Amino acid sequence: MAVVSRGFGARRRESDPHLPPGQYVTEDFPVLSAGPTPRIDRAAWRFEIREGSELLAQWTWDEFVALGVEDVHTDIHCVTRWSKLGTSWRGVSIDTLLAGVDSSASYAMAHSYGGYTTNVPLAEMRGGRAWVASEFDGAPLDPEHGGPARLLVPHLYFWKSAKWVHGLTLMDQDAPGFWEQNGYNMHGDPWTEERYW
Amino acid sequence: MIAGDWRPARVARASAATPSARVLRLEVSGWPGSAAGQHIDVRLTAEDGYQAVRSYSLASYGDATEVEIAVDEVPDGEVSPYLVRDVQPGDELEVKGPLGGYFVWHPQDAGPVQLIAGGSGVVPLVAIARAATDAGAAASFRLLYSVRRSEDAIYRDELTSGAEDGGVRVTWAYTRAAPPGWEGSVGRVDDALLRASVWPVEQNPLVYVCGPTGFVEHVADALVELGHSPGRIRTERFGGAS
Repeated sequence: MAVVSRGFGARRRESDPHLPPGQYVTEDFPVLSAGPTPRIDRAAWRFEIREGSELLAQWTWDEFVALGVEDVHTDIHCVTRWSKLGTSWRGVSIDTLLAGVDSSASYAMAHSYGGYTTNVPLAEMRGGRAWVASEFDGAPLDPEHGGPARLLVPHLYFWKSAKWVHGLTLMDQDAPGFWEQNGYNMHGDPWTEERYW
Repeated sequence: MIAGDWRPARVARASAATPSARVLRLEVSGWPGSAAGQHIDVRLTAEDGYQAVRSYSLASYGDATEVEIAVDEVPDGEVSPYLVRDVQPGDELEVKGPLGGYFVWHPQDAGPVQLIAGGSGVVPLVAIARAATDAGAAASFRLLYSVRRSEDAIYRDELTSGAEDGGVRVTWAYTRAAPPGWEGSVGRVDDALLRASVWPVEQNPLVYVCGPTGFVEHVADALVELGHSPGRIRTERFGGAS
Protein backbone atom coordinates (compact mmCIF):
# COMPACT_ATOMS: atom_id res chain seq x y z
CA MET A 1 0.00 0.00 0.00
CA ALA A 2 1.51 3.28 -1.11
CA VAL A 3 2.04 6.07 1.36
CA VAL A 4 -0.35 8.97 0.62
CA SER A 5 0.71 12.51 1.41
CA ARG A 6 -2.37 14.22 2.75
CA GLY A 7 -3.47 17.15 0.61
CA PHE A 8 -0.70 16.81 -1.96
CA GLY A 9 -1.34 17.22 -5.66
CA ALA A 10 -3.15 20.54 -6.00
CA ARG A 11 -0.36 22.14 -8.02
CA ARG A 12 0.39 19.17 -10.25
CA ARG A 13 1.83 19.53 -13.71
CA GLU A 14 0.29 18.07 -16.84
CA SER A 15 1.74 14.70 -17.72
CA ASP A 16 3.73 14.39 -20.92
CA PRO A 17 4.43 11.11 -22.75
CA HIS A 18 7.96 12.35 -23.47
CA LEU A 19 8.70 12.52 -19.76
CA PRO A 20 10.35 9.43 -18.21
CA PRO A 21 9.07 8.27 -14.80
CA GLY A 22 10.02 10.45 -11.83
CA GLN A 23 11.02 13.45 -13.98
CA TYR A 24 9.57 16.95 -14.31
CA VAL A 25 9.88 19.45 -17.14
CA THR A 26 12.10 22.50 -16.71
CA GLU A 27 12.40 25.43 -19.07
CA ASP A 28 15.76 26.41 -17.53
CA PHE A 29 19.01 24.66 -18.29
CA PRO A 30 20.36 23.69 -14.85
CA VAL A 31 24.08 23.06 -14.41
CA LEU A 32 25.49 20.10 -12.50
CA SER A 33 29.24 19.71 -12.15
CA ALA A 34 31.43 18.31 -9.42
CA GLY A 35 33.91 21.20 -9.48
CA PRO A 36 34.83 24.49 -11.11
CA THR A 37 34.16 24.98 -14.82
CA PRO A 38 37.34 24.38 -16.84
CA ARG A 39 38.12 26.98 -19.53
CA ILE A 40 39.55 25.32 -22.64
CA ASP A 41 40.81 27.28 -25.60
CA ARG A 42 39.64 25.86 -28.92
CA ALA A 43 43.16 26.36 -30.31
CA ALA A 44 44.49 23.93 -27.70
CA TRP A 45 41.48 21.58 -27.74
CA ARG A 46 41.95 18.03 -29.00
CA PHE A 47 39.62 15.07 -29.27
CA GLU A 48 41.34 11.72 -28.94
CA ILE A 49 40.36 8.09 -29.21
CA ARG A 50 42.62 5.71 -27.30
CA GLU A 51 42.74 2.03 -26.51
CA GLY A 52 45.08 1.08 -23.71
CA SER A 53 48.19 3.22 -24.20
CA GLU A 54 47.66 3.49 -27.97
CA LEU A 55 46.40 6.70 -29.59
CA LEU A 56 44.05 5.56 -32.38
CA ALA A 57 42.84 8.94 -33.62
CA GLN A 58 43.15 12.62 -32.77
CA TRP A 59 41.51 15.76 -34.14
CA THR A 60 42.14 19.46 -33.67
CA TRP A 61 39.08 21.72 -33.44
CA ASP A 62 39.20 22.57 -37.15
CA GLU A 63 39.70 18.94 -38.14
CA PHE A 64 36.82 17.93 -35.84
CA VAL A 65 34.39 20.47 -37.30
CA ALA A 66 35.43 19.47 -40.83
CA LEU A 67 34.22 15.90 -40.14
CA GLY A 68 30.68 17.17 -40.58
CA VAL A 69 28.41 18.68 -37.95
CA GLU A 70 24.86 17.34 -37.71
CA ASP A 71 21.68 18.88 -36.30
CA VAL A 72 20.30 16.98 -33.30
CA HIS A 73 16.84 17.57 -31.81
CA THR A 74 16.28 15.66 -28.62
CA ASP A 75 14.96 15.57 -25.06
CA ILE A 76 17.45 15.41 -22.20
CA HIS A 77 16.93 13.89 -18.76
CA CYS A 78 18.99 14.62 -15.64
CA VAL A 79 19.13 12.10 -12.78
CA THR A 80 18.36 15.01 -10.42
CA ARG A 81 14.86 14.76 -11.95
CA TRP A 82 14.63 17.60 -14.42
CA SER A 83 14.03 16.98 -18.09
CA LYS A 84 14.28 19.49 -20.88
CA LEU A 85 12.20 18.69 -23.94
CA GLY A 86 12.88 19.61 -27.56
CA THR A 87 16.48 20.82 -27.23
CA SER A 88 18.55 21.67 -30.33
CA TRP A 89 22.22 20.76 -30.65
CA ARG A 90 24.85 20.48 -33.35
CA GLY A 91 27.71 18.04 -33.20
CA VAL A 92 29.76 15.32 -34.82
CA SER A 93 28.28 11.83 -34.64
CA ILE A 94 30.22 9.20 -32.69
CA ASP A 95 29.66 6.97 -35.76
CA THR A 96 31.73 9.46 -37.76
CA LEU A 97 34.45 9.61 -35.09
CA LEU A 98 34.67 5.81 -34.86
CA ALA A 99 34.46 5.20 -38.63
CA GLY A 100 38.19 4.81 -39.18
CA VAL A 101 38.92 3.16 -35.82
CA ASP A 102 39.72 -0.55 -35.81
CA SER A 103 38.79 -2.03 -32.43
CA SER A 104 36.83 -4.91 -30.97
CA ALA A 105 36.17 -3.07 -27.69
CA SER A 106 32.66 -3.05 -26.24
CA TYR A 107 32.85 -0.08 -23.83
CA ALA A 108 34.19 3.43 -23.75
CA MET A 109 35.33 5.69 -20.94
CA ALA A 110 34.76 9.33 -21.82
CA HIS A 111 37.50 11.57 -20.43
CA SER A 112 37.06 15.28 -19.87
CA TYR A 113 39.29 18.28 -19.36
CA GLY A 114 39.25 18.74 -15.60
CA GLY A 115 39.37 15.00 -14.92
CA TYR A 116 35.72 13.93 -15.15
CA THR A 117 35.05 10.46 -16.54
CA THR A 118 31.95 8.45 -17.43
CA ASN A 119 31.50 5.00 -18.92
CA VAL A 120 29.14 4.13 -21.80
CA PRO A 121 28.76 0.89 -23.78
CA LEU A 122 29.98 1.48 -27.34
CA ALA A 123 26.81 -0.10 -28.76
CA GLU A 124 24.86 2.70 -27.04
CA MET A 125 26.91 5.35 -28.79
CA ARG A 126 26.66 3.89 -32.30
CA GLY A 127 23.77 4.03 -34.73
CA GLY A 128 23.12 7.76 -34.61
CA ARG A 129 22.50 7.85 -30.84
CA ALA A 130 25.51 9.86 -29.61
CA TRP A 131 27.49 12.92 -30.63
CA VAL A 132 30.29 15.21 -29.57
CA ALA A 133 28.24 18.41 -29.45
CA SER A 134 29.72 21.86 -30.01
CA GLU A 135 26.59 24.00 -30.29
CA PHE A 136 23.42 24.40 -28.23
CA ASP A 137 20.38 26.35 -29.33
CA GLY A 138 22.15 27.95 -32.27
CA ALA A 139 25.22 29.19 -30.40
CA PRO A 140 28.63 27.80 -29.40
CA LEU A 141 28.29 25.68 -26.28
CA ASP A 142 28.87 27.74 -23.10
CA PRO A 143 31.71 26.57 -20.83
CA GLU A 144 29.28 25.97 -17.96
CA HIS A 145 27.32 23.58 -20.17
CA GLY A 146 30.48 21.79 -21.34
CA GLY A 147 31.97 23.92 -24.10
CA PRO A 148 33.96 23.80 -26.28
CA ALA A 149 32.35 20.37 -26.70
CA ARG A 150 30.50 17.79 -24.66
CA LEU A 151 29.44 14.24 -25.23
CA LEU A 152 25.72 14.00 -26.03
CA VAL A 153 24.09 10.62 -25.29
CA PRO A 154 20.54 11.84 -24.79
CA HIS A 155 18.86 8.45 -24.35
CA LEU A 156 20.80 7.99 -21.08
CA TYR A 157 20.72 10.21 -17.96
CA PHE A 158 22.60 13.38 -18.71
CA TRP A 159 25.63 12.72 -16.47
CA LYS A 160 26.69 10.31 -19.25
CA SER A 161 26.88 13.31 -21.61
CA ALA A 162 30.30 14.33 -20.29
CA LYS A 163 31.04 18.06 -20.38
CA TRP A 164 34.40 19.39 -21.66
CA VAL A 165 34.98 16.04 -23.33
CA HIS A 166 38.56 15.39 -24.40
CA GLY A 167 38.33 11.85 -25.74
CA LEU A 168 37.20 8.27 -25.48
CA THR A 169 39.24 5.37 -24.18
CA LEU A 170 37.96 2.10 -25.64
CA MET A 171 37.73 -0.85 -23.23
CA ASP A 172 36.95 -4.58 -23.46
CA GLN A 173 35.37 -4.56 -20.00
CA ASP A 174 33.06 -2.02 -18.39
CA ALA A 175 34.50 0.12 -15.59
CA PRO A 176 32.90 2.86 -13.46
CA GLY A 177 33.51 6.54 -14.20
CA PHE A 178 33.29 9.42 -11.74
CA TRP A 179 29.61 9.41 -10.72
CA GLU A 180 29.44 5.66 -11.26
CA GLN A 181 32.00 5.37 -8.42
CA ASN A 182 29.97 7.81 -6.34
CA GLY A 183 26.61 6.13 -6.09
CA TYR A 184 25.18 6.31 -9.61
CA ASN A 185 24.19 3.53 -11.99
CA MET A 186 26.64 1.98 -14.46
CA HIS A 187 24.14 2.28 -17.35
CA GLY A 188 21.62 5.07 -16.60
CA ASP A 189 18.47 4.44 -18.66
CA PRO A 190 15.90 7.11 -17.67
CA TRP A 191 12.93 5.06 -18.86
CA THR A 192 13.70 2.26 -16.39
CA GLU A 193 14.98 4.70 -13.73
CA GLU A 194 18.51 3.30 -13.58
CA ARG A 195 19.54 6.11 -11.23
CA TYR A 196 21.56 4.74 -8.35
CA TRP A 197 23.46 1.67 -7.19
CA MET B 1 26.23 3.29 -0.13
CA ILE B 2 23.14 1.66 -1.58
CA ALA B 3 20.19 3.92 -2.19
CA GLY B 4 17.75 1.04 -1.77
CA ASP B 5 14.01 1.33 -2.07
CA TRP B 6 11.52 3.96 -0.98
CA ARG B 7 11.18 4.17 2.80
CA PRO B 8 8.04 5.43 4.50
CA ALA B 9 8.63 8.61 6.48
CA ARG B 10 6.55 10.77 8.80
CA VAL B 11 6.90 14.49 9.37
CA ALA B 12 8.02 14.79 13.00
CA ARG B 13 8.49 18.56 13.13
CA ALA B 14 8.02 21.53 10.80
CA SER B 15 9.39 24.93 11.72
CA ALA B 16 9.63 28.21 9.84
CA ALA B 17 13.24 29.14 9.07
CA THR B 18 12.87 32.22 6.88
CA PRO B 19 9.88 33.99 5.27
CA SER B 20 10.08 31.45 2.42
CA ALA B 21 11.71 28.38 3.91
CA ARG B 22 10.87 25.70 6.42
CA VAL B 23 12.95 23.11 8.23
CA LEU B 24 11.35 19.66 8.25
CA ARG B 25 12.40 16.80 10.47
CA LEU B 26 11.38 13.43 9.06
CA GLU B 27 11.22 10.15 10.95
CA VAL B 28 12.37 7.61 8.35
CA SER B 29 11.61 3.96 8.85
CA GLY B 30 14.77 1.85 8.54
CA TRP B 31 17.01 4.85 7.76
CA PRO B 32 20.57 3.52 7.34
CA GLY B 33 22.31 6.79 8.29
CA SER B 34 24.17 9.25 6.10
CA ALA B 35 27.48 11.05 5.71
CA ALA B 36 27.56 14.84 6.05
CA GLY B 37 26.70 16.46 2.70
CA GLN B 38 24.50 13.73 1.23
CA HIS B 39 20.96 14.20 -0.07
CA ILE B 40 17.68 12.32 -0.36
CA ASP B 41 14.88 11.98 -2.85
CA VAL B 42 11.45 12.83 -1.42
CA ARG B 43 8.38 11.27 -3.04
CA LEU B 44 4.89 12.62 -2.55
CA THR B 45 1.80 10.66 -3.57
CA ALA B 46 -1.64 12.23 -4.02
CA GLU B 47 -4.78 10.35 -3.08
CA ASP B 48 -5.41 9.47 -6.74
CA GLY B 49 -1.93 7.97 -7.11
CA TYR B 50 -0.25 10.95 -8.79
CA GLN B 51 3.38 11.24 -7.68
CA ALA B 52 6.18 13.78 -7.74
CA VAL B 53 9.78 13.44 -6.60
CA ARG B 54 12.40 16.05 -5.73
CA SER B 55 15.91 15.92 -4.30
CA TYR B 56 16.80 17.70 -1.04
CA SER B 57 20.11 17.99 0.76
CA LEU B 58 20.22 16.75 4.32
CA ALA B 59 21.16 19.16 7.12
CA SER B 60 21.53 16.12 9.37
CA TYR B 61 24.10 13.35 9.28
CA GLY B 62 24.83 10.16 11.15
CA ASP B 63 22.72 7.25 12.31
CA ALA B 64 19.65 8.87 13.87
CA THR B 65 16.40 7.76 12.18
CA GLU B 66 15.13 11.35 12.23
CA VAL B 67 16.60 13.30 9.30
CA GLU B 68 16.40 17.01 8.56
CA ILE B 69 15.87 18.94 5.35
CA ALA B 70 15.27 22.63 4.72
CA VAL B 71 12.98 23.57 1.84
CA ASP B 72 12.92 26.99 0.22
CA GLU B 73 9.70 27.72 -1.67
CA VAL B 74 10.12 28.09 -5.41
CA PRO B 75 7.46 30.43 -6.83
CA ASP B 76 5.16 28.47 -9.18
CA GLY B 77 6.72 25.27 -7.85
CA GLU B 78 4.81 22.05 -7.46
CA VAL B 79 6.46 20.31 -4.51
CA SER B 80 8.18 23.07 -2.53
CA PRO B 81 4.97 25.06 -1.77
CA TYR B 82 3.43 21.89 -0.35
CA LEU B 83 6.44 21.20 1.85
CA VAL B 84 6.78 24.83 2.97
CA ARG B 85 3.11 25.71 3.50
CA ASP B 86 0.90 22.63 3.60
CA VAL B 87 2.60 19.63 5.16
CA GLN B 88 2.09 19.18 8.91
CA PRO B 89 3.59 16.98 11.63
CA GLY B 90 2.14 13.49 11.30
CA ASP B 91 1.81 13.67 7.51
CA GLU B 92 3.44 10.91 5.52
CA LEU B 93 5.75 10.81 2.53
CA GLU B 94 8.53 8.59 1.22
CA VAL B 95 12.28 8.95 1.19
CA LYS B 96 15.07 7.29 -0.81
CA GLY B 97 18.69 7.57 0.14
CA PRO B 98 21.16 8.58 1.27
CA LEU B 99 22.35 9.70 -2.16
CA GLY B 100 25.59 11.17 -3.50
CA GLY B 101 29.08 10.05 -2.62
CA TYR B 102 31.15 13.07 -3.63
CA PHE B 103 29.88 16.28 -2.05
CA VAL B 104 30.45 14.79 1.40
CA TRP B 105 32.85 15.30 4.28
CA HIS B 106 34.37 12.54 6.33
CA PRO B 107 36.30 13.23 9.54
CA GLN B 108 39.41 11.65 7.99
CA ASP B 109 39.45 14.15 5.07
CA ALA B 110 42.50 16.42 5.24
CA GLY B 111 41.73 20.06 6.13
CA PRO B 112 41.47 22.90 6.58
CA VAL B 113 37.95 23.04 5.17
CA GLN B 114 36.22 26.07 3.68
CA LEU B 115 32.44 26.03 3.29
CA ILE B 116 30.83 28.59 0.96
CA ALA B 117 27.04 28.82 0.71
CA GLY B 118 24.68 30.88 -1.38
CA GLY B 119 21.08 31.02 -0.10
CA SER B 120 19.53 27.63 0.62
CA GLY B 121 22.78 26.03 -0.57
CA VAL B 122 23.75 26.20 3.08
CA VAL B 123 21.84 23.03 3.93
CA PRO B 124 24.48 20.35 3.15
CA LEU B 125 27.14 22.68 4.57
CA VAL B 126 25.22 22.83 7.86
CA ALA B 127 25.44 19.03 7.94
CA ILE B 128 29.20 19.28 7.41
CA ALA B 129 29.55 22.03 10.03
CA ARG B 130 27.59 19.95 12.54
CA ALA B 131 29.74 16.90 11.80
CA ALA B 132 32.92 18.95 12.14
CA THR B 133 31.79 20.42 15.45
CA ASP B 134 30.83 17.00 16.81
CA ALA B 135 34.21 15.63 15.67
CA GLY B 136 36.03 18.44 17.49
CA ALA B 137 37.34 19.75 14.16
CA ALA B 138 35.49 23.08 14.00
CA ALA B 139 38.66 25.12 14.48
CA SER B 140 39.86 24.05 11.04
CA PHE B 141 36.53 25.00 9.41
CA ARG B 142 35.25 28.30 8.09
CA LEU B 143 31.88 29.14 6.52
CA LEU B 144 31.20 32.02 4.15
CA TYR B 145 27.43 32.39 3.82
CA SER B 146 25.92 34.76 1.24
CA VAL B 147 22.26 35.72 1.60
CA ARG B 148 20.10 38.53 0.27
CA ARG B 149 19.21 39.78 3.73
CA SER B 150 19.81 38.57 7.26
CA GLU B 151 16.24 37.24 7.55
CA ASP B 152 16.79 35.01 4.49
CA ALA B 153 19.52 33.03 6.25
CA ILE B 154 18.35 29.51 7.03
CA TYR B 155 20.05 28.31 10.27
CA ARG B 156 21.04 31.89 11.15
CA ASP B 157 20.64 31.39 14.91
CA GLU B 158 22.39 28.03 15.02
CA LEU B 159 25.34 29.27 12.96
CA THR B 160 25.65 32.50 14.94
CA SER B 161 25.56 30.88 18.35
CA GLY B 162 27.77 28.03 17.16
CA ALA B 163 30.42 30.48 16.00
CA GLU B 164 30.34 32.20 19.41
CA ASP B 165 30.58 28.89 21.17
CA GLY B 166 33.69 27.37 19.63
CA GLY B 167 31.93 26.11 16.50
CA VAL B 168 32.61 26.87 12.85
CA ARG B 169 33.58 30.51 12.25
CA VAL B 170 31.07 32.27 9.99
CA THR B 171 31.57 35.21 7.64
CA TRP B 172 28.33 36.73 6.43
CA ALA B 173 27.82 38.35 3.04
CA TYR B 174 24.67 40.33 2.23
CA THR B 175 23.80 40.90 -1.40
CA ARG B 176 20.73 43.19 -1.00
CA ALA B 177 20.63 44.70 2.46
CA ALA B 178 22.69 44.36 5.64
CA PRO B 179 21.32 44.22 9.18
CA PRO B 180 21.63 47.32 11.41
CA GLY B 181 25.14 47.92 12.61
CA TRP B 182 26.77 46.05 9.70
CA GLU B 183 30.06 47.67 8.82
CA GLY B 184 30.97 45.59 5.79
CA SER B 185 29.93 46.19 2.23
CA VAL B 186 26.73 44.96 0.61
CA GLY B 187 26.88 43.14 -2.70
CA ARG B 188 27.84 39.89 -4.28
CA VAL B 189 30.82 37.92 -3.04
CA ASP B 190 33.93 39.37 -4.68
CA ASP B 191 37.65 38.66 -4.75
CA ALA B 192 38.38 40.93 -1.79
CA LEU B 193 35.87 39.11 0.41
CA LEU B 194 37.16 35.71 -0.73
CA ARG B 195 40.74 36.74 0.05
CA ALA B 196 39.71 38.02 3.48
CA SER B 197 37.44 35.19 4.57
CA VAL B 198 38.59 31.98 2.85
CA TRP B 199 41.51 29.88 4.14
CA PRO B 200 44.55 31.06 2.18
CA VAL B 201 45.77 29.24 -0.91
CA GLU B 202 49.01 28.28 0.87
CA GLN B 203 47.01 26.11 3.28
CA ASN B 204 45.45 24.22 0.36
CA PRO B 205 41.96 24.11 1.88
CA LEU B 206 39.33 21.63 0.78
CA VAL B 207 36.49 23.88 -0.42
CA TYR B 208 32.78 23.04 -0.65
CA VAL B 209 30.64 25.50 -2.61
CA CYS B 210 26.85 25.08 -2.79
CA GLY B 211 24.17 27.41 -4.07
CA PRO B 212 22.39 28.60 -7.19
CA THR B 213 24.22 27.98 -10.46
CA GLY B 214 25.28 31.60 -10.99
CA PHE B 215 26.65 31.89 -7.45
CA VAL B 216 28.63 28.65 -7.64
CA GLU B 217 30.01 29.42 -11.10
CA HIS B 218 31.13 32.86 -9.95
CA VAL B 219 32.70 31.72 -6.67
CA ALA B 220 34.42 28.64 -8.11
CA ASP B 221 35.85 30.65 -11.01
CA ALA B 222 37.09 33.33 -8.61
CA LEU B 223 38.72 30.76 -6.31
CA VAL B 224 40.59 29.22 -9.26
CA GLU B 225 41.70 32.71 -10.32
CA LEU B 226 42.98 33.33 -6.79
CA GLY B 227 45.12 30.20 -7.08
CA HIS B 228 43.04 27.50 -5.41
CA SER B 229 43.49 24.08 -7.00
CA PRO B 230 40.40 23.05 -9.02
CA GLY B 231 40.83 19.54 -7.65
CA ARG B 232 40.27 20.85 -4.09
CA ILE B 233 36.99 22.61 -4.94
CA ARG B 234 33.82 20.52 -4.70
CA THR B 235 30.65 22.10 -6.03
CA GLU B 236 26.95 21.47 -5.88
CA ARG B 237 24.75 23.69 -8.02
CA PHE B 238 21.02 23.93 -8.07
CA GLY B 239 18.55 25.80 -10.19
CA GLY B 240 15.38 24.93 -11.97
CA ALA B 241 14.14 22.61 -9.22
CA SER B 242 10.63 23.32 -8.05
